[in-house]
Amino acid sequence: MKILMLGWELPPNNSGGLGVACLNLSKALAKDGADIDFVVPYLADHSNIKFMNVLSATNLDPLFRFGGGAYNSEMISERIIPNITIPDSTPDMMSIRDVQKSYINFIEKYLLEFKPDLVHAHDWLTFEAGVLAKKNFGIPLIAHVHATEYDRSGMNGGNPLVHEIEREGLVLADKIFAVSNATKNLIHEKYQIPSEKIDVVYNSLDENFLKSNYEFRRDSYPYLKKMKEKGYTIVSTVGRFTIQKGLTHFLRAAKLALEKNPKLIFLFAGDGEEKNELVRLAADLGISKNVIFTGFIRGKKLRDIYSISDVFVMSSISEPFGLTALEAAHHGDVLILTKQSGVSEILRSAFFYDFWDEEKLANEILTVAGSESLQKTLKNNIKNEYQRISWDDVAKQCLSVYNKLR
Amino acid sequence: MRAICLYLHVHQPFRYRAYSIFDVAHNSNYFSEKNYSSKQSNERIFKKVLEKSYRPTFDLLEESLKKNPGFKISFSITGTWLEQAELWAPEIIAQLKRMIKTNRVEIVSETYYHSMSFFYNRDEFISQVELHQKKINQLFGVTPKVFRNTELAYNDSLAKWADDFGFKGILAEGWDKILGWRSPNFVYRPVGTKNLKLLLKNYRLSDDIAFRFSDRKWSQWPLTVEKYLNWVNDGCLNGNLINLFMDFETFGEHQWSETGIFDFLKTFIDSWLKVYDNKFLTVSEACDLMKPVGEISMPETVTWADTERDLSAWRGNSLQDAALPALYSLREKILASKDPALIDDFRKLTTSDHAYYMCTKYWNDGDVHAYFSAYDSPYDAFMYFMNILRDLEFRLSERTS
Repeated sequence: MKILMLGWELPPNNSGGLGVACLNLSKALAKDGADIDFVVPYLADHSNIKFMNVLSATNLDPLFRFGGGAYNSEMISERIIPNITIPDSTPDMMSIRDVQKSYINFIEKYLLEFKPDLVHAHDWLTFEAGVLAKKNFGIPLIAHVHATEYDRSGMNGGNPLVHEIEREGLVLADKIFAVSNATKNLIHEKYQIPSEKIDVVYNSLDENFLKSNYEFRRDSYPYLKKMKEKGYTIVSTVGRFTIQKGLTHFLRAAKLALEKNPKLIFLFAGDGEEKNELVRLAADLGISKNVIFTGFIRGKKLRDIYSISDVFVMSSISEPFGLTALEAAHHGDVLILTKQSGVSEILRSAFFYDFWDEEKLANEILTVAGSESLQKTLKNNIKNEYQRISWDDVAKQCLSVYNKLR
Repeated sequence: MRAICLYLHVHQPFRYRAYSIFDVAHNSNYFSEKNYSSKQSNERIFKKVLEKSYRPTFDLLEESLKKNPGFKISFSITGTWLEQAELWAPEIIAQLKRMIKTNRVEIVSETYYHSMSFFYNRDEFISQVELHQKKINQLFGVTPKVFRNTELAYNDSLAKWADDFGFKGILAEGWDKILGWRSPNFVYRPVGTKNLKLLLKNYRLSDDIAFRFSDRKWSQWPLTVEKYLNWVNDGCLNGNLINLFMDFETFGEHQWSETGIFDFLKTFIDSWLKVYDNKFLTVSEACDLMKPVGEISMPETVTWADTERDLSAWRGNSLQDAALPALYSLREKILASKDPALIDDFRKLTTSDHAYYMCTKYWNDGDVHAYFSAYDSPYDAFMYFMNILRDLEFRLSERTS
């Protein structure tokens, strides 16, 4: 079966979970016999990917895939909200709309030559191209929603143009995949899509984490090692620093928890437009000494963060899925997740709270830090949960839909 | 003679509220959740069950007592339930008084706080049994003669204790693994006891009503009185005492009124007594009338809970093993304080429901329906419990300093 997969990023040129999910899903589908052409909006060396064809829609550097110029600092913060109101786009201030236009042009040319059985489009960034395939070429369309504009804007409106692109894609799609029930409900309520059209397709843990070529050496982190020996508990979070992640609530909860137990260290791993505000807030709350900002990390360093942490907090106001929770669980962390995260639908041996409930989060951090037997129980029990759904399971689920649609 | 011993267990815990670490040393109200719609509102839950189960079932039973001189029944009623009924349904207490006056309603002894204290602290256990006897005597003017432990948790050393304490009988689960070829429909003597008699629950016939009555996937659904009486008659071919032990809430709460459970109960009582030589007995009468047919030993603890019939829902996971011993370790200091409020708070925390809420074995299965709890998760239950322990310790330290 020939699948045209429309994506926006693949590791290592990824900023978050979208690229990881697309890669793992495609790999599992290919293993089950799917013949995949995967389109990315940039030019990069993906020759290490053998199980599918990676096609470049433009010859842009991967850094430009969200628009912006070479010297635009916001480009580094990987903003997703497009700036479409710039009156005269100059070559070095290109908007994400320009990238999308080129992407659509490429897809049109592709479809004049090839006829895939199905188009599988990931998120609004590629929905227009998917709609083109559906409208002009009559190819069945699956719209895969990893996040909506509501999620990205912390449920506060968002960009109306993005909403419109999302709506059109969702309405015209033959089937919608949502990464959680929460996302399914949101699509149903905000975009008035009938629930029957939406299947929940959960994500699974990145295959790379299951390979055994990783070894954690605590000695590489003498400061944190020493603090742990002194009885400190290390509480971490990993992600983009945006409003969606609810990190200001997390910092205020950290302040509350530190008042009761000063032996806590908070690791904030990541980067984003909220970074300066968070650093300032930590200082205003008087807890800078206990809050460490690591900057953006990936690969072994990221795994080390998970490994050295005792507790992982996902404080998102809205998190369609939340792959990092599975990664943290894999590295033996106790999880504290907002009820607003999709991943909380498939995990049970964890603490949950509402993103605004700073006191409950503080309570949970203190309880975990104060009870070794609780930590053991949670770590032990979650082992049976975080891999309950494998990428193979996910691929099988997708294929059964593919077979009905083509 | 063929006899049915119908025994119903009546209990509500005082659920502790979502007690925050930020309440510790500021607010020592653990059990009174002011938000009525909260999961932990004892008042809301009691009143809900009152309307669905307590009121209609007690009315039905009182009516049956009036109509059938041969009808008899036994209840175990925890102190925590009685306190809640005194607050929110005093008319039920009055009704119970009327029913007990007929001499055909017997109250069974147990721990006041529905605790597993027997397995943690023998002194505390005895105190709670005595507190319960005192409460029953004060309210109803009777003294229980037959003992049941929380969740019917039973073993040989409990039987020995009950014998020494002067009880004439004790209740336990009639579980196949212990009984083997023997029938639960006789009275037995617990090994190592002199005067004590052991009444064993006929769990098949009890659970047909308590668990399976409304189960449409059950091959025997729907259960008619006629069919059920046939099974009871079959049971009487091997023994002449059928012990039907179940939760009071079976009627109206576990099996809703819409399932026909009330009609079933009423018709069952009437129909059983229509046959010559059929009787109802209270637990004491069963002990008095029946001779033990043999000795039974249960060295390991057996309960009436779950398929495992053990204590694993209350003890043994690491949360419970952290929380409960920590609670019981405060006992001597708390009693020494002679502070009645502190002592009562401590004892309300020994209620076994709290430990059950920390049970993770159903939680991990992901079967939400198997996890009956006042909390969002066993981990939340543990968190609030441990916070309360901190406050108890704080109150103790305030007194001694």
